[in-house]
Amino acid sequence: MTCKDYKDLLMGYLDGELSQEQKQDLEKHLQTCSDCRQELEGFRKLIAITDEVTLREPEDKLWDQYWGGIYNRLERSLGWMLFGIAAIALLLYGGFEAVKTLVNDPTIGFMLKIGICALIGGLAILFVSVLRERLFFWSHDRYKDVRR
Amino acid sequence: METAAFCQDEAAILQRCRRGSREAFEAVVNRYMKDAYRIALGLVGNHEDAMELSQEAFYRAYLNIRLLKGDRQFFPWFYQILRNLCFTHLRRMRLRRTSALPENEGQEFIAAQGDWFDPDAVTERTELKQALWQAMGKLSDKHREVILLRHFQNLSYDQIAKVMFCNKGTVMSRLYHARKQLRELLDKEKGGSWS
Ligand SMILES: [Zn+2]
Repeated sequence: MTCKDYKDLLMGYLDGELSQEQKQDLEKHLQTCSDCRQELEGFRKLIAITDEVTLREPEDKLWDQYWGGIYNRLERSLGWMLFGIAAIALLLYGGFEAVKTLVNDPTIGFMLKIGICALIGGLAILFVSVLRERLFFWSHDRYKDVRR
Repeated sequence: METAAFCQDEAAILQRCRRGSREAFEAVVNRYMKDAYRIALGLVGNHEDAMELSQEAFYRAYLNIRLLKGDRQFFPWFYQILRNLCFTHLRRMRLRRTSALPENEGQEFIAAQGDWFDPDAVTERTELKQALWQAMGKLSDKHREVILLRHFQNLSYDQIAKVMFCNKGTVMSRLYHARKQLRELLDKEKGGSWS
């Protein structure tokens, strides 16, 4: 083993994570290698400082409000879902009504009726297609943070 | 990361969550919110983002709770959601900062990214602790993560290996590189006088 291999073991040594065998192996190397001994001391100091750093805890008030922040998100997502469903239903209904009025209107010429119907039909197909793509994307996208 | 009493009930509580019980999920949140917040704080470095991101992670966990198999613990699974959210957040922030700058200054700014590690997040501010906290902000995401898990979450190598999906050897070598870089950053900041 070279010094480079022992460097990693220094970590396990300082963190108390080496097997008995690894430990003896490293200690034997340390006796003969001043370079690694110096490294060991450097890391020992760093670890001592790192262990001293503690992070500030938020006030109790914020913990009391914590669940509220999550609950709001849940409620809002339900709100958007209902809004989306209602919007689609209204659009479909509106489109259907528009076609019905158009077809029953005697003042509009036959060719124009067909043209406008085709236009509305085309829009509907495009809308459904885009919607399906978005839904497909969304259902896959929202798992991206879950699976690795 | 877990207490025995909660562990025993956890499977039952998670089962209720899967059936859509918000009360059950609230219990899970209350159990793990502090760990979640601390991890997020260690990864993104400021209080506001840590609060926001940890709550968002719980929200996403609730939406996907059915993906968590019955025999698995909540926290290791949740941890993946949280860390990915934090990393995505950092990536976006870096991108925004870099693109807001003239092209040739971008590189310099990435090197100074530790600046967004809020000095107020650390208790008992001494110069040295402050320098270490800022240095943590300058590590790469994976290096910062391993320091955080080891020092701020007090995880063993086995536990770290489990949540980072690697073996103990990789944990050790990642810790070595992370700590080596921390030492170099401290040397640069404090001129070698700290050790
Ligand atoms: Zn050596």
